[in-house]
Amino acid sequence: MVKTLERNLDGRELFASILVWSAAALVTATFCWFLGDIIWHGLSQISWTFLTAPPRNAGREGGIGPILVSTALILGVCLAVSLPIGVGTAVLLAEFTTDASLFGRLTRRSLDVLSGVPSIVFGLFGNAVFCKMLGLGFSILSGGLTLACMVLPILIRSTEEGFRAVPAGYRLSAAALGLSRTTTLFHLLLPAAVPGLLVGLVLGVGRATAETAALIFTSGYVDRMPESLLDSGRALSIHIFDLSMNVSGGDANAYASALVLVAFLLLINGTASWLAEHWLHRRIVTI
Amino acid sequence: MTKCTTLVVLSMAGLIAASASAGAQSTTGDQLAGKLVITGASTLAPLIAEIGKRFESLHPTVRIDVQSGGSSRGVADARQGLADIGMVSRAMKEDERDLSAFPVARDGVCPILHQKNPVQALTDEQIVAIYTGKITNWKAVGGNDAPITVANKAEGRSTLEVFLHYFKLKNVDIKAQVVIGDNEQGVKTVAGNRNAIGYVSIGTAEYDATHGVPIKLLPVGGVAASTESVRTGAFPLSRPLHLATRPSPSGLAKAFIDYTQSKAVHDLIREQYFVPLAD
Amino acid sequence: MSRWPTDRLLLWLLRGVAAIAGAIVLLIVTFLVMEALPVLRHVGVARFFTDPSWHPTEGFYNLTPMLWGTLFAMVGSVLIATPLGILSAVFCHYYAPPVIARPYRRLIELLSGIPSVVYGFWGLVVLVPLIGAIHPPGPSLLAGIVILTIMILPTIALMADASLANVPQQYLRGAAALGLPRWATVRGVVFPAAKSGLFTGVILETGRAIGETMAILMVCGNVVQTPHSLFDPMRTLTANIALEMAYALGDHRAALFVSGLVLMGMIAALVGAADWISRGRIYG
Repeated sequence: MVKTLERNLDGRELFASILVWSAAALVTATFCWFLGDIIWHGLSQISWTFLTAPPRNAGREGGIGPILVSTALILGVCLAVSLPIGVGTAVLLAEFTTDASLFGRLTRRSLDVLSGVPSIVFGLFGNAVFCKMLGLGFSILSGGLTLACMVLPILIRSTEEGFRAVPAGYRLSAAALGLSRTTTLFHLLLPAAVPGLLVGLVLGVGRATAETAALIFTSGYVDRMPESLLDSGRALSIHIFDLSMNVSGGDANAYASALVLVAFLLLINGTASWLAEHWLHRRIVTI
Repeated sequence: MTKCTTLVVLSMAGLIAASASAGAQSTTGDQLAGKLVITGASTLAPLIAEIGKRFESLHPTVRIDVQSGGSSRGVADARQGLADIGMVSRAMKEDERDLSAFPVARDGVCPILHQKNPVQALTDEQIVAIYTGKITNWKAVGGNDAPITVANKAEGRSTLEVFLHYFKLKNVDIKAQVVIGDNEQGVKTVAGNRNAIGYVSIGTAEYDATHGVPIKLLPVGGVAASTESVRTGAFPLSRPLHLATRPSPSGLAKAFIDYTQSKAVHDLIREQYFVPLAD
Repeated sequence: MSRWPTDRLLLWLLRGVAAIAGAIVLLIVTFLVMEALPVLRHVGVARFFTDPSWHPTEGFYNLTPMLWGTLFAMVGSVLIATPLGILSAVFCHYYAPPVIARPYRRLIELLSGIPSVVYGFWGLVVLVPLIGAIHPPGPSLLAGIVILTIMILPTIALMADASLANVPQQYLRGAAALGLPRWATVRGVVFPAAKSGLFTGVILETGRAIGETMAILMVCGNVVQTPHSLFDPMRTLTANIALEMAYALGDHRAALFVSGLVLMGMIAALVGAADWISRGRIYG
């Protein structure tokens, strides 16, 4: 593909080329500076004990074992709730609503507004609704549900974009063959829209793992190994926050925890991409 | 499709099984059992969490859940019964008489400067002048010719209230260039700026200074700032740290509060660089 | 209407699910309004923009300096992040050899998940002293803009990346057949084809920029004043809520919820303006 577009030595092309490469270089340099700092300070603390032992002395010593478990559970609850609702709403918006409809425009705009609500407001909202009104108290469940609310707009909007990108030809051919819309959706459109879904998932998981303010008020601060979803559990981002801002001398472990978080994310994103490519996307052949 | 369905069914089953257990508050006779929810000041949270862990190891059927959220939240939650105990990192106010308060430790507040700042001490009047914007350059107090970066704490914080009370200032009078939230943020701000001045909890500052962070603690009223001088009572700027409950505590809550005030946890208090009370 | 019964079921299921999503938005707005009501009744709306300063304990509730802080930080970061993000995506698809493009994309995906506290911590410890050495005090609007740019870049970059991936191959082949050079194809064919995705990406990143709390709290200085230069410290509405919520009671607490409403109003206005400007031209 790239080879068919010959690089033209026309001035504008050269300028554009320089611009694009410099942008990429700038972005890479900044991120490497940032990541390099974390790796430099955090690598020395990482060990198997660090990954499995519970924290001691307010987190300055010991490890982050129970915290990793809580984080995984919170993320699990968040995805379990937001994926069905998100993909469902996206499908409705993309497939069953016309572009000009008021319902469609209103829903899209409200979702955009939702994506701008500050995380701390979500935290207070989650506290009032999930912890107090529904009586779940400080728990992993409240945290996961609150995060699901935060992640929904991103998931819905990017999945919708994914569906929009599927050529009309697919739908028309399916209709011509007499397939029901359900079949078309599950066997044809969903696999084809996977890139959009994947971006939504990655961005959503990213946002959920990165969230601090919302979780302080909902899933809480307790760093014990959770025994059920109704137990309070400290997420990794809150642990990093506490170690760097509240506990003196917690910096070293804060860096190490940040490094573990980065590795955790790499794992999730890598798995999601691999799953998407090998499981769903390969079912159809793109021309 | 079958792969999807199995996954969904399995995860639902897992979720249901996991949420089948829940804790309940109960105190039966001599055997201490149940869960305590403690919310409040983030300064106290690490200390109370550590004490809670030790208490749990002594009484395996007990769960102590510590959450943060601020002193006001601790007071509000204790009042409304949303928490069993509230953590308050300051002296109790007049309108908080309906709560039973139990002091557990003391903490001091002192000004900090960057280690390389040549100024070694400031009088009370100089500090007031710096914070109200009347002195804006370090050379006026014997330092380098550089503008002073004043770091103040955000409104409502207990350290701010202690500071304002001692220096007889009002928050509207203070002219700051940086407003910080937590103590560590203050330490990092001063450590990154040679010409900054701020004030934080002595415990935090002492720990950081002895572990290589480039800050130094300033004496106040001629008394050197350290947990030792707070302990002897010589240091003028100090605040008590409390646990508060709405009605008088009973059962598990009372047992825990008694434990917190006992000598058995003095080593934990010192470990967090606070000052135990019973001395 | 389709004659398959599964389709009917699907439609109602989807409608139910979308209703849940819609309900969440309504719930949040209701929650904010209910919490903000007490102070709106005591103090009235006008005073939030005309009082002499923000000192809730003394009864002053002026939000304007913080509103400006939020606006400047948002505009600054979006203006820098959008071209960088879109150019990154263009780089991944059209300029980079695959051996560079894949790790580059991975890097950006990774960065979208780093907690704001980590960015804030890095900003406080590395960026702020750097800026302070150039022009005291260090914590400033500039620090906020730089950190925000780094934080929202992955959102726009990844969305742009996905939209560029969705541009049909026939378009690109047609452009090649016409002999268009690379940048001309990108500018003339790819961008118009991908515009709905790019637009969504910009909206999502603006939302993130407005709603960011923790990192801004650590690097912006949090002084309540309208910033007059890039090096002035300032406070955003979100940082204000985070700083003071823990210690606020009564009217003060309700006033913080009012600032939450103002934030929602701001993004609703932005989204409405974007909708009006595009008026079907984007999603046509």
